[in-house]
Amino acid sequence: MVDISTDYIYQVRLTTHISAVIGSLTHALFTNRVNARGYSVNHPSVQERIEKKRQAALTGGGQLRIAAQHKRGKLTARERLELLLDPDSFVEYDMFVEHRCSDFGMEADHNKYPGDSVVTGQGRINGRLVYVFSQDFTVFGGSLSGAHAQKICKIMDQAMMVGAPVIGLNDSGGARIQEGVESLAGYADIFLRNVMSSGVVPQISLIMGPCAGGAVYSPALTDFTFMVKDTSYLFITGPDVVKSVTNEDVSQEELGGAKTHTTVSGVAHRAFENDVDALLNLRDFFNFLPLSNKDPAPVTECHDPRDRLVPGLDTVVPFESTKAYDMLDIVHGVLDEREFFEIMPNYAKNIVVGFARMNGRTVGIVGNQPKVASGCLDINSSVKGARFVRFCDAFNIPIITFVDVPGFLPGTAQEYGGIIRHGAKLLYAFAEATVPKITVITRKAYGGAYDVMSSKHLRGDVNYAWPSAEVAVMGAKGAVQIIFRGKENQAEAEAEYVEKFANPFPAAVRGFVDDIIQPSTTRKRICRDLEVLASKKQTNPWKKHANIPL
Amino acid sequence: MAAYRSAAGFQRVLLAFKHVCLKQRCGVIICRYSTVYDPNEKVSLIIGVIKTCKKMGIKTVAVHSDVDSSAVHVKMADEAVCVGPAPTSKSYLNMDAIMNAVKQTGAQAVHPGYGFLSENKEFAKRLAAEGVTFIGPDTHAIQAMGDKIESKLIAKAAKVNTIPGFDGVVKDAEEAVKIAGEIGYPVMIKASAGGGGKGMRISWNDEETREGFRFSSQEAASSFGDDRLLIEKFIDNPRHIEIQVLADKHGNALWLNERECSIQRRNQKVVEEAPSTFLDPDTRRAMGEQAVSLAKAVKYSSAGTVEFLVDSQKNFYFLEMNTRLQVEHPITECITGLDLVHQMIRIAKGYKLQQKQSDIPINGWAIESRVYAEDPYKSFGLPSIGRLSQYQEPLNLPNVRVDSGIQEGSDISIYYDPMISKLVTYGKTREEALKKMEEALDNYVIRGVTHNIPLLREIIVHPRFVSGDISTKFLPEVYPDGFKGHMLTAGERRELLATAAALYVAAQLRSQKFLGDLRVSIVPAESRQWELCVELDKGVHMLGVSRAGNNYTVEIDGEKVEVSGEWNLASALLPITINGKHRNLQCLLRTAAGEITLQYLGTSFKLRVLSKLAAYLSKHMPEKIPEDTSSILRSPMPGSVVAVSVKPGDNVAEGQEICVIEAMKMQNSMTAAKTAKVKSVHCKAGDTVGEGDLLVELE
Repeated sequence: MVDISTDYIYQVRLTTHISAVIGSLTHALFTNRVNARGYSVNHPSVQERIEKKRQAALTGGGQLRIAAQHKRGKLTARERLELLLDPDSFVEYDMFVEHRCSDFGMEADHNKYPGDSVVTGQGRINGRLVYVFSQDFTVFGGSLSGAHAQKICKIMDQAMMVGAPVIGLNDSGGARIQEGVESLAGYADIFLRNVMSSGVVPQISLIMGPCAGGAVYSPALTDFTFMVKDTSYLFITGPDVVKSVTNEDVSQEELGGAKTHTTVSGVAHRAFENDVDALLNLRDFFNFLPLSNKDPAPVTECHDPRDRLVPGLDTVVPFESTKAYDMLDIVHGVLDEREFFEIMPNYAKNIVVGFARMNGRTVGIVGNQPKVASGCLDINSSVKGARFVRFCDAFNIPIITFVDVPGFLPGTAQEYGGIIRHGAKLLYAFAEATVPKITVITRKAYGGAYDVMSSKHLRGDVNYAWPSAEVAVMGAKGAVQIIFRGKENQAEAEAEYVEKFANPFPAAVRGFVDDIIQPSTTRKRICRDLEVLASKKQTNPWKKHANIPL
Repeated sequence: MAAYRSAAGFQRVLLAFKHVCLKQRCGVIICRYSTVYDPNEKVSLIIGVIKTCKKMGIKTVAVHSDVDSSAVHVKMADEAVCVGPAPTSKSYLNMDAIMNAVKQTGAQAVHPGYGFLSENKEFAKRLAAEGVTFIGPDTHAIQAMGDKIESKLIAKAAKVNTIPGFDGVVKDAEEAVKIAGEIGYPVMIKASAGGGGKGMRISWNDEETREGFRFSSQEAASSFGDDRLLIEKFIDNPRHIEIQVLADKHGNALWLNERECSIQRRNQKVVEEAPSTFLDPDTRRAMGEQAVSLAKAVKYSSAGTVEFLVDSQKNFYFLEMNTRLQVEHPITECITGLDLVHQMIRIAKGYKLQQKQSDIPINGWAIESRVYAEDPYKSFGLPSIGRLSQYQEPLNLPNVRVDSGIQEGSDISIYYDPMISKLVTYGKTREEALKKMEEALDNYVIRGVTHNIPLLREIIVHPRFVSGDISTKFLPEVYPDGFKGHMLTAGERRELLATAAALYVAAQLRSQKFLGDLRVSIVPAESRQWELCVELDKGVHMLGVSRAGNNYTVEIDGEKVEVSGEWNLASALLPITINGKHRNLQCLLRTAAGEITLQYLGTSFKLRVLSKLAAYLSKHMPEKIPEDTSSILRSPMPGSVVAVSVKPGDNVAEGQEICVIEAMKMQNSMTAAKTAKVKSVHCKAGDTVGEGDLLVELE
């Protein structure tokens, strides 16, 4: 007995020498156990089993399936984490967890994969803490088992307690059918945590493969959903079911590809070229976010002078108020290093939203886009803007709003679609926001849309007007037709209206804008205001939760 | 200042410039004039005129089209009058509107700038009728010299060498073919009223003559409102050298030496210099004297330019006389020390020239590069448009003068010539002036539009240019397959790779620097050593980078490159030291996915920097299949569609004309890339199209 043990200890030591994976502490621990228990000579040593299991976990579904994954232009779950996180920073949890299903031959050894179909843990992105899970398509197609869900829930719970974001890399065929309701329960457990984490820590989903059925609701509940072009899909039911139910012929790509969701449905916030591009961009994006709702918006080292004048802004707004211009010209000019991480760049393009920095501090940008549909507010742009504003407010990110809005879009399509209800969302979001709010009216601020766009009346902290600003109930032509109905000399009346209202004074004399500023000084002014407003404290009345018009 | 005031006689001068002209200026006269002008002040020619006027106590009125209403010159002039909408025929060519502006403001004199009305005899006549002085030559001289046929006859009579050709107006394409046959190919077809290369085509055979006749007459009609053409012998491989003359109303005339303008593309000048490396004092004097005798023959007064073609044997032929101030006049000012605008105003008022021919020196060397909003990779420059999102002129350098009428935020529109500025450098020697030009081009920041700095930067360092071995065929001879940008040597390639790698690491390190109190501490991925993979032109290089402060040592294929700099990631310019040598690069793009575009030696290079791991994993990424372009015809530039020659279902042969796009007054024939059937047509005559817009699809 003793001899055998000695033999075994020797073996363990040898293994330890060879394997760098196991630390000396583990070694000592297991050595003691072996001594105490004394396994039989035929029993494979624990150390060997650990080693074997680790190796198995690292190779996931095996070399063949890894090759198949690569052939599809996709990386493996582990490769993705390696690229997303700082080198050597990943700390894995639950590598030894296995599924517990015993039906349909699932209990067989060859059907057990250590770690099951997901890799979970925590790591660092540019030094900052993040919790991650990465679904492994090579193991049962990344399907969600009870164990798989349990692993995800574990890191989500810890992320909440620590106060750090969660990033999910989704690549899963759906529920583990063999497990039945256990798999469904697993989804619900994740959904609940998505909801509980919402507004507490930022949650990001990157869809890197299929994500269908109930599984789609986890990304839908997170703050941001990004997709990889050509290799990722999101849909409730796939093309086959669609065909049998509605008799529509539609491809996977058309039904739920990156293009569909970033341009038509508005489900995804951005799409990237491939896995590598997506993960590198995600690292960049992560730097804009605070770790939790307890942290201020991050401030990074900034090389762009805070008092830089932007001469180009003095000429960007055309003289004719009917002529379009690109709001991004203004946005880029004002920001640090012209760097703008646009959210939903191809959806509801009449509003521009995204993250940027001002003097190093993260800010959220909202701007009407006169280039598209004259920058009017419609259902889609209201919802897009509202969700973004609420994210910024939840995570202490100051909001800078650039206003050039001719009003809400008229028409039956909009009215029947519920523009009243949806427009109210944007109004609601701006009104309830307590983060620093700075507003710049570059040209038109007409009608109710003026009120909505972070106006002074909705607790805007600093509201500026450019000399080209026109704050009025409506444009001159429409107004004159109402005020001087039936009267002759409409042209003269129009000129009078323009003289009275098509300028920033009516708003400025009432204090609805704090100052009329030279456009080229906009950056300087905003940077200065943000410094002052950094210590802003404002609270809304206590409530269980508010009731945004959904 | 007193001298300037004494010349003042006008109280108000109207500046009837078009947009491009506004981009001229006679601002900073380097060295010799620095006491008059503040050398650090940026002014454009019109602005130069305004300034000269101000110094002379004259009030100025700028006219402008509505798109130029916020241009620099409009803000600087004492008064401004809008003369119409953007198209030149409705604004800067609209004589009635300009005459109204004259009356409305009570201007006593008009400075026409160059182009458009500057050489229009009708305009000068109408001004004379109103008793308004035209700052420029008399109507008679404009008329005589503005008409190429008449000017040639006068030149012949004044014993000026002329080119053999047909002295009359060509009626139609068939007559053009007949005349061409008589003169002998190659021939040049050009607009009788034209200038600046517009409405000008060279033809080597009958077919080209017919086509050239058609295009030239259309262009002539749209640019000058006069479609008369003439034909003359085309002198193959000549130099284009012109003599600046200055004549007063008392019969005195001077020649102010030559300008070498041989570097051209499509008959438009790109790089000019004064003096020319080619002329010896005898030829210079002979040319100067002929130019002066021509000026005297037409009783010329004001500043003018006599253009010559000079062949390899130094035989020179009169080409035409420009009765206006030319774009390239600043280089003459640099080497002679004369302010030509000042002289023009003095002459218009009737003063005598103060200088004698023996007073005109050649002091030093001046080079001028015309910076255009053009894509030099397409036929040495097809127009591009856009908004100047960032714009910074290299005025911090001594002996550099930039004449522009634009500023950050300006729109380069399809309506006018795409010139951004004239960049002039001056040196005691040609070598010094060229060195300065290199530096100035490297420090010139232009973002938002495609520009021709890559081409300019290549021309001025090309051995043939440096040795002075140039002709008007320089560009097609040096770049027979089109301009491809700077070709990197192995050493330059290493410098570029090393810079990209160092910049990447500097950016990576900065992205870990979070300020303020942090609830959860940062665990930076501290490293002093990076293994990177850099892609450039499909070549992939493994680089080792180590860092000590701002100094990076980059190892490429066993060679070490030392790169150091400030690494200011917000600055448009990236001044660095590579292996002890100072270099000025510009970072045009830096993305999260490792793409870095650097402007190095004028040309922009696209690189991709990835960590070793990301590069290794990238090999699994699927190749995206690019669009098949042979069956798709896209607009190579923004412009308007003049004509569409096909309809869906037509069969077209390779090279057959499909449609004609006009941009910046140039007509471009778009041809089929293969023989096929037309699938669909996406444009019609009159449409405005952007660069890359789909025009026609073939099957």
